[in-house]
Amino acid sequence: MPDKSFDINLIRKDFPTLNQMVNEHPLVYLDSAATTQKPQYVIDKTTEYYQLLNANVHRGKHFLSEQVTTQYEQARLNIAAYFNVQAKEIVWTKGATESINLIAHGLTSKLNDNDTVMISPLEHHANIVPWQVLSQKTGADLKALPLNPDATFDIDACCDFIREHKPSVLALTHVSNTLGNITNIAPLINAAKAIGSLVVIDGAQAAMHLKPDLAALDCDFYVCSAHKMLGPTGVGVLYGKYSILNTLDPYQTGGEMIETVTLNHSTYRCAPAKFETGTPNIAGVLGFSAAIDYLNSLNHREICDYEANLFRYASEKLVRIKGITIYSSLSDNIGTLCFNYKNEHPYDLSTLLDSFGIAVRSGHHCTQPLMAHLKLNGSVRASFCFYNTYEDVDNFINSLHECLEMLD
Amino acid sequence: MTKTYKKLSQSIENAATWQQKYREIMLLGKTLPPLNDILKTSDALVPGCESKVWMYIDFDLTENTLLVIGDSDTRIIKGLLALILAMYNGLTPQQILTINAFAEFEKLGLIKHLSASRGNGVKAMVDKIHTTALTKVS
Ligand SMILES: Cc1ncc(COP(=O)(O)O)c(C=O)c1O
Repeated sequence: MPDKSFDINLIRKDFPTLNQMVNEHPLVYLDSAATTQKPQYVIDKTTEYYQLLNANVHRGKHFLSEQVTTQYEQARLNIAAYFNVQAKEIVWTKGATESINLIAHGLTSKLNDNDTVMISPLEHHANIVPWQVLSQKTGADLKALPLNPDATFDIDACCDFIREHKPSVLALTHVSNTLGNITNIAPLINAAKAIGSLVVIDGAQAAMHLKPDLAALDCDFYVCSAHKMLGPTGVGVLYGKYSILNTLDPYQTGGEMIETVTLNHSTYRCAPAKFETGTPNIAGVLGFSAAIDYLNSLNHREICDYEANLFRYASEKLVRIKGITIYSSLSDNIGTLCFNYKNEHPYDLSTLLDSFGIAVRSGHHCTQPLMAHLKLNGSVRASFCFYNTYEDVDNFINSLHECLEMLD
Repeated sequence: MTKTYKKLSQSIENAATWQQKYREIMLLGKTLPPLNDILKTSDALVPGCESKVWMYIDFDLTENTLLVIGDSDTRIIKGLLALILAMYNGLTPQQILTINAFAEFEKLGLIKHLSASRGNGVKAMVDKIHTTALTKVS
């Protein structure tokens, strides 16, 4: 795709779903943290696979199979380049959740009751439950980093905590899905690497907004989902530093991941093939690659600036509404506003907002420990993306005022 | 269908906009007497909901008619609960089984509140009333 400079009016035209009426109002989509909308380019590339290219990958010697295998492996190069890592360090999964499960499963034979696995109270359930299971299976201790009352980290205190408890595995989210807060993970990674920990970063929320340079971050694993990066559902990435990735035990077994099979014994291929058994989500991978192309065609710096300005505009308006409590930090945030109004139930607020065509999410956002930490039963979350407009913010705030009036 | 239900549902059916509909529903919720905190037990909780819904179902032994009480921590669900109670309370098990809450909610433009993605417990409430009625009939 040719490079474009950032023009919100042109960008809006790329996203067909955004252009519709909901409950007699123009849709204002503020739920991109749950999943992003897809540009037409991604939709076309996904369809094109079924229309023109359909064949299995890595198998046939025929024309279609070779074509699609080439594109499929090109996609791996594309994603690897996006993250500044090598293609053989990219494993296709069905999403961030599966990627984390794959790592936790792959480490099971390597841990025992002398080990500690460390997470944080900020994590999505997908970055908690697999580690609980690992700890139950191996006897490893599960510990959480200390979190300030406002759900930010005291990075120095956390580094000390890491040095004190010496976790074998540290699994942290780069960006909180509930709050949008960006964690300054570099010093935490460094502290953990210095004592020999394996570091797993959950990049589900960060991968698109921050375009992280994984070689520079130096974490061992990084996971994300295509559907939160303009791509299709059912595809994700596990990045693993090759020397470490290759030592994980396979997660699932079967065809494609093997080197030789006899009736009693099999040998496995090296990563990434070792972790990619069965026919993959080919259309999804090609669609994901198209999403990366689309993101690359825009200037990342311009996207960041636009998102930061939009977030400032929205948060300044929200802060001024009496009775609103905001839990997100207003600096170092990808563009997510997590809030409540007085003692009102977030369910009521999100349902009333929906009647104005405003799509937000309410509930615990798959972060019950964080909700407990903040002493909340739930919250409303409005999450922005670069395809949102200032008019979206105005519509959101105006509708919110009308909803609050209905509740008062 | 009870007389109370017919009266209550009319105001919702007549609401011209979504906002008016929700206003009516929330007003309806306010008419529902709150459940005593002692009764808000985990046993009475309808499971798996973002909103909390507590519900007790019983049958009046002499009259053989339904008696449901309930409460919710959200205004909208509480209003829908009030509507459901008006729909079913005082009916015999046989009468209950002739009621199609889905069709009623469809008529009122509220069918999306019975959808799976809401996970709000409204559907679970209706199901529970029908299952209880069914055990009484058989
Ligand atoms: C921070 C974070 N981690 C993990 C996940 C799980 O992603 P998926 O459901 O795509 O596997 C999400 C999705 O909501 C998330 O926001």
